[in-house]
Amino acid sequence: MAQRTIVPFGPQHPVLPEPIHLDLVMEDETVVEAIPSIGFIHRGLEKLAETKDFQEMTYVAERICGICSFIHGQGYCQAVEDLMNLQVPQRAKYLRVIWGEMSRIHSHLLWLGLAADAFGFESLFMHSWRVREKLLDIVEETTGGRVIFGSCKVGGVRRNIENEKLKSITLELKNIEKMSREITEVFEKDGSVKRRLAGTGVLSKDDAYALGAVGPMLRATGIASDTRKRGYAAYGELSWEPVVETAGDCYARCLVRAREVYQAFDLIYQAIDKIPDTEIDVKVVGNPPAGSESFMRLEQPRGEVVYYLKGSGTKFLQRFRVRTPTFANIAPMVVALKGCQLADVPNIVLTIDPCISCTER
Amino acid sequence: MADTLLTIDRSELLAKVKELKAAGNRLVQISCTLAEEFEITYSFDKDLALTNVRVMVTKADPVVPSITDIYLCAFAYENELQDLFGLTVPDMKLNFNGNFYMTAIKTPFNIATKKQEAQ
Repeated sequence: MAQRTIVPFGPQHPVLPEPIHLDLVMEDETVVEAIPSIGFIHRGLEKLAETKDFQEMTYVAERICGICSFIHGQGYCQAVEDLMNLQVPQRAKYLRVIWGEMSRIHSHLLWLGLAADAFGFESLFMHSWRVREKLLDIVEETTGGRVIFGSCKVGGVRRNIENEKLKSITLELKNIEKMSREITEVFEKDGSVKRRLAGTGVLSKDDAYALGAVGPMLRATGIASDTRKRGYAAYGELSWEPVVETAGDCYARCLVRAREVYQAFDLIYQAIDKIPDTEIDVKVVGNPPAGSESFMRLEQPRGEVVYYLKGSGTKFLQRFRVRTPTFANIAPMVVALKGCQLADVPNIVLTIDPCISCTER
Repeated sequence: MADTLLTIDRSELLAKVKELKAAGNRLVQISCTLAEEFEITYSFDKDLALTNVRVMVTKADPVVPSITDIYLCAFAYENELQDLFGLTVPDMKLNFNGNFYMTAIKTPFNIATKKQEAQ
């Protein structure tokens, strides 16, 4: 048996914009075990809900993460609406789908760029982020923000997008979709990308399920699980199927995200076609009842997120708990790292699309 | 896809979790709420339907059995219970002994904030 050494990976590392630490137990260049540590920047936002007005907490929920900020706000609002039995107008539900899918596109383009940067394809990285900027322009036009949308609220949405504007957005989105396809096709067809990622960081279907993997990490192993299929917001009224790959490796995870970009564009077009002319919010009266509980699950770009809320009968919640997708994907990542080469560790860690900001909510 | 919530005794937890695993459920999350007692909820998913299993644990005996023998991935949630709430989870397969979350204050979710105390 070769001598074992421990190589520390992170919390500061060029591929990690945020801190997570792994102790890599190595035999020569092979990883035999990876032991994770988190909590370097834990913010205690869940605890904050106990002393902050439940409506104001929407702003805090959105700030759990700078990439899936809208969906965090949406999940929190849906959970409060569930506690209070609020019926959200149909138009608000469709607008939530539109903004949610825009979040998915810009998150995946951001990740595709980071992945390209990690395996040394700098021009691909720059083009991915160039296209992402075009989409963020639409987000800014419709919400006023590029990172924090601030458009979701308990009982509906804060802003409408007029029908005329939706038509012009469709044209802009078609153009951005064309540019996105030029980029995602490189990920799908370029030999150098495939050689770098295929066969690396393999997670089997059984392991993925047993270890509680979520999102593209799970779907890349052949399991068609996507929380949007529960039909929240307006997803139940749209036609779509989860994107699935079967190899379970880094390349499969990359392909799932690339194809989910196309799917997100399609969902936005469908939502724009079907959006009804109704109110965009309902009045919220009272507080979440004491003892009321809600488990709300949504599909973020990184996978299933779970919100657990418990009302106290006052304006403060008794409990606000968020289980983020990256937190769920830590155990599967550790298993995917076993047996890999040290040089592949950054790519494997990146392919779970780690969001430490979410994890350290 | 209706969600279910089942409250059981702590002594029944491992058998129930084994049963859910055998039925093909995926562990979704473990969460804790602190009121008069610790309210620990284990959530499982099968075909997008959620099954929540709840165990109540007193503050005088803040111990909950580990399910890492059944679901290895539970180590992250169980370390969270230890680090944030101060619960004891014996026989965990990967126990960070209070160092999974590197928080400035030990067991911060088990402490009332100044604002809460004032209320």
